[in-house]
Amino acid sequence: MELLIKNAAVFDPVNGINGDKTDISIKDAKIVSKVSSKATVIDAGGKLVMAGGVDAHSHIAGAKVNVGRMMRPEDSRSGISPRTKITRPCTGYTVPNVYAMGYRYAQMGYTTVFEAAQAIMKARHTHEELEEIPIIDKGALTLFGSNWPTMDFVREKNMDKLAAYVAWGLLASRGFGVKCVNPGGGEMWGFGKNVTGIDDVVPGFDVTPKEIIVSLMKVNEMLCLPHSVHLHCNNLGNPGNYKTTLASMELANQVKASKDRQVMHVTHLLFNSWGGTNWGDFESKADVIANCLNNSDNITGDMGQMIFGSATTMTADGPKQYANAKLLHAKWSNGDVELEDASGVVPIYYVKQISVHAIMWAIGLELALLTKDPYKMLLTTDHPNGGPFVNYSEVIALLMSNKKRQEEIKTVHEAVHAKTKLPGLDRELDFNEIAIMTRAGTARVLGLLDTKGHLGVGADADISIYDIKPDQIDPSIEHAKIKSAFSSAAYTIKGGNIVVKEGQVTATPLGRTYWVDAKVPRQNHDEMMKDIVRKFKNYYSIQLANYMVQDEYVSHPQVIKAGAIPVEVN
Amino acid sequence: MTVITDALCPFCGCVCDDLTIYVENNKITNIKNACKLGASKIMGHHRIEAPMMRADKKSGFKEVSYEEAINEAAQILFKSKRPLMYGWASALCEVHKKGILLAEEVGAIIDNTATVCHAPSTLAVHEKGLPTATLGQIKNRSDIIVFWGSNPVHAHPRHMGRYSVFAKGFFQEKGRKGRKVIVVDVRKTETAAMADEFVQVQQGSDYLVISALRAILSGHADVVLGSVGGVPKEQLVKLVDTLKAAKFGSIFFGMGLTQSISRYKNIDNAISLITELNAFTKYVISPMRGHYNVTGFGQVCSWETGFATAVDFARGAPYYNPGETAANDVLMRKETDAAMIIAGDAGAHFPADSVRHLARIPVVQIDPYWNPTTEVSNVVIPVAICGVEVEGTAYRMDGVSLRMRKMVEPTLPTDVEVLERITERVRELRGE
Repeated sequence: MELLIKNAAVFDPVNGINGDKTDISIKDAKIVSKVSSKATVIDAGGKLVMAGGVDAHSHIAGAKVNVGRMMRPEDSRSGISPRTKITRPCTGYTVPNVYAMGYRYAQMGYTTVFEAAQAIMKARHTHEELEEIPIIDKGALTLFGSNWPTMDFVREKNMDKLAAYVAWGLLASRGFGVKCVNPGGGEMWGFGKNVTGIDDVVPGFDVTPKEIIVSLMKVNEMLCLPHSVHLHCNNLGNPGNYKTTLASMELANQVKASKDRQVMHVTHLLFNSWGGTNWGDFESKADVIANCLNNSDNITGDMGQMIFGSATTMTADGPKQYANAKLLHAKWSNGDVELEDASGVVPIYYVKQISVHAIMWAIGLELALLTKDPYKMLLTTDHPNGGPFVNYSEVIALLMSNKKRQEEIKTVHEAVHAKTKLPGLDRELDFNEIAIMTRAGTARVLGLLDTKGHLGVGADADISIYDIKPDQIDPSIEHAKIKSAFSSAAYTIKGGNIVVKEGQVTATPLGRTYWVDAKVPRQNHDEMMKDIVRKFKNYYSIQLANYMVQDEYVSHPQVIKAGAIPVEVN
Repeated sequence: MTVITDALCPFCGCVCDDLTIYVENNKITNIKNACKLGASKIMGHHRIEAPMMRADKKSGFKEVSYEEAINEAAQILFKSKRPLMYGWASALCEVHKKGILLAEEVGAIIDNTATVCHAPSTLAVHEKGLPTATLGQIKNRSDIIVFWGSNPVHAHPRHMGRYSVFAKGFFQEKGRKGRKVIVVDVRKTETAAMADEFVQVQQGSDYLVISALRAILSGHADVVLGSVGGVPKEQLVKLVDTLKAAKFGSIFFGMGLTQSISRYKNIDNAISLITELNAFTKYVISPMRGHYNVTGFGQVCSWETGFATAVDFARGAPYYNPGETAANDVLMRKETDAAMIIAGDAGAHFPADSVRHLARIPVVQIDPYWNPTTEVSNVVIPVAICGVEVEGTAYRMDGVSLRMRKMVEPTLPTDVEVLERITERVRELRGE
């Protein structure tokens, strides 16, 4: 099948195209240099065209998400739409059902999304849901930060075994990368405790969060994984935590990247850039964190922007979620996973007139506006922690228009003036920078830039066309049009198929699931497995033979090979 | 002879995955590690051998072809204005997915066996959430284990050995000796006989007792009467001290809490107790789920429809309102005009009024086994046994997803095949 998009106002930062009128040729699932005269033609008529959106951090599938649905029928009841000839029924706002996940991302022009956390033991569940999310390509990051084998090998300073474990864990979970959430804290939550910083010693394992972070970064680079370590810092959600965040970011200097990308991705920085000592003197330290990013060349971050209204917080940071539930008097779900990690789910409602919420809202925007290089600050809402992903267009409009920000600032708690620098920031991002934060940058951070995040020949034919003409709009003033256009694509093309037209889903092909097959020397694997076998014999509640995700759960795999030494391991 | 190791048991919510199955000539000849209940299911009994139909409920069944039975099942669903599709707990998640799609297409209400089991727990989770853990976390850490209104000795025979009372773990090297076991029940069950402490509650008083414990825990022992629900205040005060002294406490609750007076409010109150205990030390609470994959239906239904159970598709979009849309609601109101009962036994477990209504309306049964539901059915379609003859996904009671193995080759079609064929036939009838 051939497709030709004509008269496209293309923003493709990777290929240096900055709004130029360009034609895009598509053959089968790829972008090609030209197509035959038989190609179906879409006349973009000068409309904005970008590569399909790529989301590097969103909670779209798995145990936590489903716990959110189960405990929040009030959420499922919002956003209900019946089945149609093409689509299954949709439910939910912060925790949509699997169909709504795929349709709504595609409707925004997004075509690739990564689930941000799965415990290996519950990865089968993650993949069951991923298999049912239509249209988009996807993958899942695997939790390693509190796993007993991780901590044992870190204590033994045995990086070969740790690398072998990470490689095996990615295979077992069909995972895409190394996620590290409140390292050490997940284990301590097993007895209702937590770490207070990166130098605390985890009882029973005699390691510190710092050692865990550095070791995981080292083996991540030993294995040449496409993505870097993806870090959810200790102390998340506590006033004054920016110091812990800075100390954690400093650790990136200890490791050299094996590829052209960062060695540490610090995620949802909105929740980690907090000053003050309590909720009373709570203030933004976004400028300090942004400054650290500006002065570093091996760290990236994402916003985790907050959206006023309903959200569902869900994270492997179990102790944080208990604290949240207590603070908010909210319902609380907890989900410890034996030998691996903790997790929790708590609903929240972000209110404009609550000072802390208003400051948080400002912090996310400050991070994006104060970080000079958009390749270092990806656009996320940490869906659904900061808010549901369907609000990305709101974030884009805010970043592109100081006028909109000033209008919003008038409606939120006055604390944003004294406690943040947002009111004085007049930077307005352009389409090129938005394309980086939502496409080129995310693809680069994930290590997928060869096929995702750009429109060059050889890239996946994932394309979004938005109903605005970049040369005829002033985003600074016409921010409402910007928001409307980015919320509902004129066309979304996924793998060469038109899946959305004028905001409506027109086809629901099943996307692929990315996972990483990293090889390690057989001897290291065998040594590591001796420990794993012992753990299953004594401590796991299931058999090793029933642990790994089977092929049946990844029906459309996209396997990325990695590994320092190309040695086959069974 | 084939030997299958690390096989999974398709009986109760424990989904033990350490069975060894010996197979000769496609027959299971021996089973190791399974409990009696599991072994009995795996060895098989009371199979329905061929599809059957009858004109009315009074006449006898006649054997028919699968094609005839499937056509009749599709006709019944197609003609129905208010179909109910109930059961699912003894089927794999792959079956649930086909069932939910069919329910969408015919505008049915889909509900599972939790409705007479742990659905009240789901209602409580709506209000309070669920602080819980995987069973291995409990095995490795828990020094206080409470069974409240549940009797694992009978209902989950290997639970105590594998996951809780006797299991040895990393921080619990001594197994039983390192743990205190407390049983709260209305009578001295076999589980209670093995406990360190038995708290005997008067029938229907669980809510009061939990409330008293919460009052004492929050420092208001003064408002607690001398005896609550048949339990002396002294014992309750001591019990709170015991609970608070845990390093990691676990409460397992069963139908003694979910299906006795106050139903979901019991669970709501118990979850609040657990949340409050977490201010002192670590606590988790876990439902003792019955059928091996009743948890799985709740999972699949939640991610596909947004709701765990009792989903009404009459409007084309999922509508959930238990009390209005659960199986017994629509049967008792005589609203349902046709039913499909699959991998669950409404005939045996529903209230008499519901079963009486089932006896009045066309009923399609899809099940490997002859059971009381067969007696009220018009069309009976036997299928292969999930987890014995069919591989696929099940969720253990703690939400851990596992892949059930195939032990022997099926001789009958699978649930998935039958549901797919019914769906196709319904589409044909609608001219699609």
